[in-house]
Amino acid sequence: MSVYRLAGEGAIQRDRTLSFTFDGRRHSAYAGDTLASALLAAGVHLVGRSFKYHRPRGILTAGSEEPNALVELRCGARREPNTRATMIELFEGLQACSQNAWPSRVFDVGAINSLLSRLFVAGFYYKTFMWPAAWWEKVYEPAIRRAAGLGRASAEPDPDCYEKAHAFCDVLVIGSGPAGLAAALTAARAGARVLVCEEDFLPGGRLNGERHEIDGADAASWARNAVAELRALPEVRFMTRTTVFGVYDGATYGAIERVSDHLPMPPEHQPRQRFWKIVARRTVLATGALERTVVFGGNDRPGVMLAAAVRTYVNRYRVTPGRRVGLFTTGDDGWKTAFDLLDAQVEVPVIVDARAAVGAALLEQASRHDVQVVLGGQILSTAGARALRRVEVLDRDGRVRGVPVDALAVAGGWSPNLALATHLGMRPRWDESISAHVPADLPPSLCAVGAAAGEFSLAGALRSGAAAGRDAARTAGFDAPLVSWQTDEERLESSPLWFVPGSRGKAFVDYQHDVTAEDVALAVREGYRSAEHLKRYTTLGMGTDQGKTAQLNGHALLAARTGREVAEIGTIAARPPYTPVAIGALAARERGRNFRPYRLTPSHRWAETRGAVFVDTGQWRRAQWFALPGESDWRSTVAREVRSVRTAVGVCDVSTLGKIDVQGRDAASFLERIYANAVATLPVGRVRYGLMLRIDGMVLDDGTIAHLRDGHFLLSSSTAHVAQVMRHLTYAQQVLWPELDVQLTNVTEQWAQFAIAGPLARTLLERVCAEALALSNADLPHMACASLRWLGRRARLFRISFCGELGYELAVPARCAETTVRALMQAGESLGVTPYGTEALGVMRIEKGHVAGPEINGTTTAEDLGLGRLVSRHKDFIGRVLASRPALSAPDRPALVGLRPLDPHARLTSGAHLLAAGVPLSLQNDQGFVSSSAFSPTLGRWIGLGFLSRARERLGEQIRAYDPLRNLDLPVEVVRPVFYDPDGLRVKG
Amino acid sequence: MRIHCPFCGERDLSEFSYLGDADSAEASGAAQSAQQLIEAVYLRANPAGAHRELWYHTFGCGSWLTVTRDTRTHAIFAVQLAKEYAP
Repeated sequence: MSVYRLAGEGAIQRDRTLSFTFDGRRHSAYAGDTLASALLAAGVHLVGRSFKYHRPRGILTAGSEEPNALVELRCGARREPNTRATMIELFEGLQACSQNAWPSRVFDVGAINSLLSRLFVAGFYYKTFMWPAAWWEKVYEPAIRRAAGLGRASAEPDPDCYEKAHAFCDVLVIGSGPAGLAAALTAARAGARVLVCEEDFLPGGRLNGERHEIDGADAASWARNAVAELRALPEVRFMTRTTVFGVYDGATYGAIERVSDHLPMPPEHQPRQRFWKIVARRTVLATGALERTVVFGGNDRPGVMLAAAVRTYVNRYRVTPGRRVGLFTTGDDGWKTAFDLLDAQVEVPVIVDARAAVGAALLEQASRHDVQVVLGGQILSTAGARALRRVEVLDRDGRVRGVPVDALAVAGGWSPNLALATHLGMRPRWDESISAHVPADLPPSLCAVGAAAGEFSLAGALRSGAAAGRDAARTAGFDAPLVSWQTDEERLESSPLWFVPGSRGKAFVDYQHDVTAEDVALAVREGYRSAEHLKRYTTLGMGTDQGKTAQLNGHALLAARTGREVAEIGTIAARPPYTPVAIGALAARERGRNFRPYRLTPSHRWAETRGAVFVDTGQWRRAQWFALPGESDWRSTVAREVRSVRTAVGVCDVSTLGKIDVQGRDAASFLERIYANAVATLPVGRVRYGLMLRIDGMVLDDGTIAHLRDGHFLLSSSTAHVAQVMRHLTYAQQVLWPELDVQLTNVTEQWAQFAIAGPLARTLLERVCAEALALSNADLPHMACASLRWLGRRARLFRISFCGELGYELAVPARCAETTVRALMQAGESLGVTPYGTEALGVMRIEKGHVAGPEINGTTTAEDLGLGRLVSRHKDFIGRVLASRPALSAPDRPALVGLRPLDPHARLTSGAHLLAAGVPLSLQNDQGFVSSSAFSPTLGRWIGLGFLSRARERLGEQIRAYDPLRNLDLPVEVVRPVFYDPDGLRVKG
Repeated sequence: MRIHCPFCGERDLSEFSYLGDADSAEASGAAQSAQQLIEAVYLRANPAGAHRELWYHTFGCGSWLTVTRDTRTHAIFAVQLAKEYAP
């Protein structure tokens, strides 16, 4: 056994030995160890190098506040940088590496920074790397990034999965130390639904690190029994390895459960971590307190450790950080460390207490051992190359003597763990009696207990926990008797020291960011006198630990330098997360393919068999084109599809267009107020184009209105706008005119719809539904609709056309989509029927000058789109008043035009700017832009739609299209925005 | 934040979408002149405190709700169906 592993029980399993490697070297330890305790047991005290000066660093704490002992955990795709050794539960085969050291943590070239430290003071890069300016990006920044920083992230995709879950409870208890357990037991025994979240894998908090007794039993076993009782209660959920990282509005809490981080890899079907969203009626903050260090020379040397952390390693893990451990304390609490070490047969050569006098009981207990006690003393500096060898002790008579030690426990006093208590913006209060801030101004749903509230004694923690548990349960309607537990009342006096004025060598305030006492002094000299400025100038309190152990000492130094009291400095508001949270856990399942799920059209499987290439449009994945064998160029595929529709017949799945069913006695008058054009005059069995405006007069969407039967309409909307249109309609229905009898249902997914378009469309349809429906121009003219039986089911046929040819749209129940499209294709085989996709559809609508998404972009009016004539002058509707604002019909407002490059082979691009010919390229001369463009196979040239100032008077004018992104600049002619069949005769064929 | 929908019960914020000031929405419905409408659409109060606003239960029952919320603390004082709201 190693000389650092102590005899005795603790909370480790000596019958389960685990082996692990650190920087490639194999060590062994026990189940129940953390990487930190395992390294200490193995005698590894130098764990990594510091951020800026590459100073050797060891382990400072035994918890999540650890600033120094950051390692890269695991390897390959699972490599995780900046993992705190104090929080890593040991598992068999664990691999960890030190960070920020090259070639090794023992011999690190970067340590030269320490010698150049005058260059690296606070704000050094703001001042030092000013000149020459051009060097910043190429020389300085890359060099700084290489030299500074923490671990390396894995560049590979995260192989693990994560989950999200929701939890609801009457009482949420955060922390399972004595106060948390007392609160949970009291509330749970009353029958309340209790959720306990414990960050550690072992519940009990400080009870595991101290030698207390509760009700005559040792405190750690009392905690185990309490947890067993809680776990047995049906309304209690007890979660270990779970950090509550944030407090949000509405009594909502964010937590991360580390489901599999204590295993070599997540078991099958298990996530690595689970992100919990917890909603609690009442919450008890039992998050404990954090011990502070003291700012003195060389206080960062490996071997210097917080005193309570030493107790945790000794009592819980049965490991001592050294064989000759000195103590530097500012209060009674620290003496416990010396006594625990002495009782474990570890030598304690010196106890330095900064106070001039301490209680007689402490001195009496110390006198039983061979310990030198220095009252009113301080530690000026430490010595040792890569580990602590000696401390320099200054006694109250001014004498300095060296004491050889291999570890030093530092007790700088306790600060309540404030983070969660300030997330909602509450300002903590300075409590002079404990020289620290305590939570204040908490909302009624939140209370702090025990050490988190500044109550540092065990008896006080149990009392305040029980009282808070009872109050919380009562609020939820459960009456609980107040339980009390028997324990010793402790004397815990202290007097803060903060820093040692005569320190020799670098005295660190913030270990992780290498902020020294001198940096704070420099910040003050340069005028940064507020806590927030100090933080930003020196980076004090930044980093992965957010300065949990550093902040108050830094503020005390700032106070001393500016002649103020610590209380006057205030605190830095903490924001979530309390400890680092993996982005993967927040994303959970919503990554990769599931980041934005897409929907498949009802004929998707059929389209796949026809060689379709798909494109995401809005939430849908649609067939973009159907390539035939031998077609290598998509343009020729699209050209073939367009030609087929223009000369024969084509079929296209248009199911993704929105379909909104409108019914009710007042359906017609409702739609009359919604649409800008007349609806009331639309007879049953007819379809009309409809234009919907927003209240500010801009076009919201266009589509068709089909009058199916009296009081029953079916609206169509563009694919991307369905949700928005539905929201707009329900707003009008529920907020504006609740008195109207009208019901709205989005039936987009219930109906599949196929466009059958081309000169032979009727011939094709007659082959499949001649018996069901007469299709002649007289029976079913352009813009008519009818119901029919199709394959034994109810179906609808609309004679409408988006592409400008004779066209129909056949709507069938979605489940019949595949049968329907196969039937259509079979019936049209001899006619040369061709499936076509969204690309051909887009080309044909540009040829026809039909506006779509690029034109209805939220900033265009009906007038801009050339649809002004549709807008009714005889009724009121949403958007009427503001659409008539004079500026919206100003002649220089860009309006829709057609654009034709003079060179038929020249490519016109969407987004190109439009300028008058012969003017300089400048923003002032910008007169509009190209909104849509395509190569028209029908016309054999590029064409486009766009918006142009004073459009009406410029037909025939030659202007310039300039696209700086694609470096295109070409003369184009302004034409009417209809390139094909301008009189619209073909749809009536 | 959580909103108590009269149909669905207390639900998570992520199910709702926000429109804005309920008073402005009502004023826009009742506007008699272009000037009144412009004020209702563009000129909104931005109070620090109680604010009556419209929310849509997008991923729920599809109801429009009139929610009275404290803009500083996100505390919700009252939720009503917009169609039943009587000032």
